[in-house]
Amino acid sequence: MQRHLISAADLTRDDAVLILDTAEEMARVADRPIKKLPTLRGRTIVNLFFEDSTRTRISFEAAEKRLSADVINFTAKGSSVSKGESLKDTAQTLEAMGVDAVVIRHGASGAPYRLANSGWIDAAVVNAGDGTHQHPTQALLDAFTMRRRLVGPDAGLGQDLEGKRITLVGDVLHSRVARSNVDLLHTLGAEVTLVAPPTLLPVGIETWPCEVSYDLDSTLPKSDAVMMLRVQRERMNAAFFPTEREYSRRYGLDGDRMARMPGHAIVMHPGPMVRGMEITAEVADSDRCTVVEQVANGVSIRMAVLYLLLGGNEPAVTHPRTEEK
Amino acid sequence: MSKTLIRGAKVLGGEPQDVLIDGGTIAEVGGGLSAEGAEVVEADGKVLLPGLVDLHTHLREPGREDSETVLTGTRAAASGGFTTVFAMANTFPVADTAGVVEQVWRLGKEHGYCDVQPIGAVTVGLDGRKLAELGAMHESAAGVTVFSDDGKCVHDAVIMRRALEYVKAFGGVVAQHAQEPRLTEGAEMNEGIVSAELGLGGWPAVAEESIIARDVLLADHVGSRVHICHLSTAGSVEIVRWAKSRGIAVTAEVTPHHLLLTDELVRTYNPVYKVNPPLRTERDVMALREALADGTIDIVATDHAPHPHEDKDCEWAAAAMGMVGLETALSVVQETMVDTGLLDWAGVADRMSVKPAQIGQARGHGRPVSAGEPANLTLVDTAYRGLVEPAGFASRSRNTPYEGRELPGRVTHTWLRGKATLVDGKLT
Ligand SMILES: [Zn+2]
Repeated sequence: MQRHLISAADLTRDDAVLILDTAEEMARVADRPIKKLPTLRGRTIVNLFFEDSTRTRISFEAAEKRLSADVINFTAKGSSVSKGESLKDTAQTLEAMGVDAVVIRHGASGAPYRLANSGWIDAAVVNAGDGTHQHPTQALLDAFTMRRRLVGPDAGLGQDLEGKRITLVGDVLHSRVARSNVDLLHTLGAEVTLVAPPTLLPVGIETWPCEVSYDLDSTLPKSDAVMMLRVQRERMNAAFFPTEREYSRRYGLDGDRMARMPGHAIVMHPGPMVRGMEITAEVADSDRCTVVEQVANGVSIRMAVLYLLLGGNEPAVTHPRTEEK
Repeated sequence: MSKTLIRGAKVLGGEPQDVLIDGGTIAEVGGGLSAEGAEVVEADGKVLLPGLVDLHTHLREPGREDSETVLTGTRAAASGGFTTVFAMANTFPVADTAGVVEQVWRLGKEHGYCDVQPIGAVTVGLDGRKLAELGAMHESAAGVTVFSDDGKCVHDAVIMRRALEYVKAFGGVVAQHAQEPRLTEGAEMNEGIVSAELGLGGWPAVAEESIIARDVLLADHVGSRVHICHLSTAGSVEIVRWAKSRGIAVTAEVTPHHLLLTDELVRTYNPVYKVNPPLRTERDVMALREALADGTIDIVATDHAPHPHEDKDCEWAAAAMGMVGLETALSVVQETMVDTGLLDWAGVADRMSVKPAQIGQARGHGRPVSAGEPANLTLVDTAYRGLVEPAGFASRSRNTPYEGRELPGRVTHTWLRGKATLVDGKLT
């Protein structure tokens, strides 16, 4: 493993499988009466959020606390990006405080990379989402969810997603989740198809390790998992598509469309869902939809990542599995 | 005034000759000239060029003296072999009146490191709506001949048409920063494979090309001449080539960094590579080099854009756009054009002195190196190779993309009207 987790593209297949396997162990902790490990006792982790995301912050915070780390939440909301010094100044303050890891969420693509590579700080850096660039722990939790559903929980240990067919639908252009997922799923051996109107696909996408389609209906029968991406309503004003209704008709997932998917196929969404436009309530509430599991799996994945970056070679779960019996 | 004998210099890269400067003028050029009464500079086969002329410099004064001043900027210019710089109008206040352009011009005169020719804004406050007092700036002591809203594009077609027409009255030229504003909203780097991967807002080539296409057609329509700043794409080259083949009066410039660097470097997220227009692809770089060699692109201009350290030592999105260029321009041109065999030193003199002086009407500059001409000269040690060390820059700012990079060539001497401004690489 590298010292930082900035991009899903930085992970080798073995790195990624190790994280998924470690997350399986971490998931068992959640089933215990006391959901806590002493692993990161005495280590300080800062959640440095320049951009609002309660869901992601809480997920990291839960993971850190379950590993017994000391947690500092730093919400730099309102500190404007145009005031360039803020990231560097903040980094140096944290450095002076002897922080071991920084979990950073930033509206600007590349901010975590700069934080990790500019000599401003010595701590391990975990990217919790930067601009339209990457959100690697989201991709890992998605892959974890797919492995559990499509390969099987314990049967999945040591395995990747070889041959699984995954379809991502929606605003690829502005989606760090799409970028991270394409990189990671490809690394794990899956076949990825992106489906979107041409206006929501980036220039140069033909060089990405995936297929691209404008047509959702023909892709669905060949999908083991369909991940709906969030479409921000403000995109409509920028003429990325004509109307919400037309978008929904061409790229939304409803019951009829879900019926075209193979019986075992799952529906995923990084949340929060815009019900009605990108996904109907019928689909969102069906047992094929993994949104709630994704949230739970997010904590396990973040525990695994922080443990592997900070915990060194100690076994993550100190008490043997027999204890669970 | 004293005499100087430059002994054994390859004038425009030709056979070694002696050049005798007497006062502000070149007195004689030939073999075995007498050194009597003259200070001797042993050129040892270095290349002698007419003093370089930069049609596109940001001196930042007035308003951003923390980045650069007329004094520090002209010292940087002399270090890079320049004897004239054209100072862009996007200062604070904007150089959109006779008062501001005269102030800049006077500061240049007082400091004496190189001539400063202020550029006047095309529109009031660079806001693209109302023509600035172009005539008054021309008639001022500064004698403005070049007008530009650089930093911004004159994007309103009617305003651009009127500006092109209006400056015909006194032979001025409009220099356009071609950037369609709607197509570049949120743009942070070249739109392409790299921007998609990095998640940085894409800056499409067509945003530049569509404005150039429009402006050459406007220039043709109104019978005026237009100058296009810092071409950065292969498509822009094609449009200018087409326009010239039709006899349209268009000239164009390219920066040294667009001749060398590509958007692959942005993968480091290091804001030293953040520049407007953005670094493009290898294919664009090759097209720009060819176009400069065949004359489709007329000149090299630095777009010297100094910024203080803190404006670059931050995340990409927050960083200012631009890089300094005066002190490395000739080295980059040697690396990309001369050492590649695309251009000889006579060609470099043409693209970096003769033509820019003509476009900007800088009298006394860009002249032949021959008897009777003003002694504006630059001596270059073309055999030199060394690492770029920004710590030694005369510019107040150090935002160079070449730190620690090896580049060929070094300007050792610069003379402005016979007076040395740079001797053995040191400013006088
Ligand atoms: Zn410009």
